[in-house]
Amino acid sequence: MGLISNGTTIFDAGALDSGLAKGAMTFIKKLTASGSATLSFVNGASGVVLDGTYKEYLFTFNNIHPATDGKRLTFNVSIDTGSNYNVAKTTTFFQASVGENGSDGTLAIQAGNDLAQGTGFHQLISNVGGDNDQCGSGILTLFDPSSTTFVKHFISTCSSSNSSDYLQNDHTAGYANTTSAVDAVQFKMDSGNIDAGVICLYGIA
Amino acid sequence: MGVISNGTTLLDAGAIDSGVPTGAMTLIKTLTASGSSTLSFVHGASSVVLDGTYKQYLFKFINIHPASASKFEFNFTIDSGNNYNVTKTSTTFGVFHTEADNSASLAYKTAHDLAQGTGNQILSVHGDVGTANDMSFCGTLRLFDPANTTFVKHFMATSNFVDNGPTSMNPFVAGYGNTTSAINGVRFAMGSGAIASGQIKLYGIK
Repeated sequence: MGLISNGTTIFDAGALDSGLAKGAMTFIKKLTASGSATLSFVNGASGVVLDGTYKEYLFTFNNIHPATDGKRLTFNVSIDTGSNYNVAKTTTFFQASVGENGSDGTLAIQAGNDLAQGTGFHQLISNVGGDNDQCGSGILTLFDPSSTTFVKHFISTCSSSNSSDYLQNDHTAGYANTTSAVDAVQFKMDSGNIDAGVICLYGIA
Repeated sequence: MGVISNGTTLLDAGAIDSGVPTGAMTLIKTLTASGSSTLSFVHGASSVVLDGTYKQYLFKFINIHPASASKFEFNFTIDSGNNYNVTKTSTTFGVFHTEADNSASLAYKTAHDLAQGTGNQILSVHGDVGTANDMSFCGTLRLFDPANTTFVKHFMATSNFVDNGPTSMNPFVAGYGNTTSAINGVRFAMGSGAIASGQIKLYGIK
């Protein structure tokens, strides 16, 4: 059954009409850490959509708190639905930081935290503090993961408080150097668990 | 016919009621390049909205692939596309890292900024978008309040692209169209040659 109002089709065949103004940003999935070794978003699993449905996907990190002081939030992507997270990536990483006491304001590239065709996990947030009130938050944008022509670009910006009581504003970007479709993304600390925090996935129409 | 649920109007007169949440980000227009010399979004043409309907507009670049290695650029118009030559002052910096791991840098790029320039603003700071089949440019350009007739028109862009190095390039561009006239069009192009393929999407943000 459809519904037509004033000559305009509102919905039909089980879907809102494409001509109707509706939000372009769709919430897909929220994962909540609780002493979690990894948090994974795999297309087709647990209601996750990570395919050609959207040309852009947005991950948001809310209050990522490590189980161990001074650990880093990292991520990797998969082209085999989560069987392996080991896609080659070339990335950049720079950081603005300042102490809570106002000292040491710095803007600098961190060559040790980037990748040159590395297949390991890539750092998004460096050195998150383990005090009860310390955490990291931010966003990661992944472009067109289902393309089988182009590399897969990503851009991330995060803010965090580190184990030395510094504010860190991390900027990282790069590409997964594959023309296979990326169909899963996994997050984890570089060691130890994600004690708490939420990661949400959105699709941008 | 309208639909009223529990006393609340959900839709009427062919539209969802304004009181029903529909999201604050609305897709306005998608342009797909195919050997295109330019891609233009002009208010009132081809269903493009670029006026006071929204206070903020987002352009998303999805795998912009050039016909020949070149910069990816944009400009504004205040006369519905007759001229793309608005005066701009801008900042440009970026960070890059080669696949070979033999060069990485974070630096301001003086050659790509504008000081009251009317020419195109380069988005692919520090390099040309590469031409290998898998190379492309992705990113976002945010334009604030283009219809304002009091203030300059601020913009900010963040992107990532691959140059022929091959190198991962992450440029940051910001500035303002130094005009108090309403901006009613934005045009994108390569510095030379065509946009072989790719999409540019325009969104309005309530």
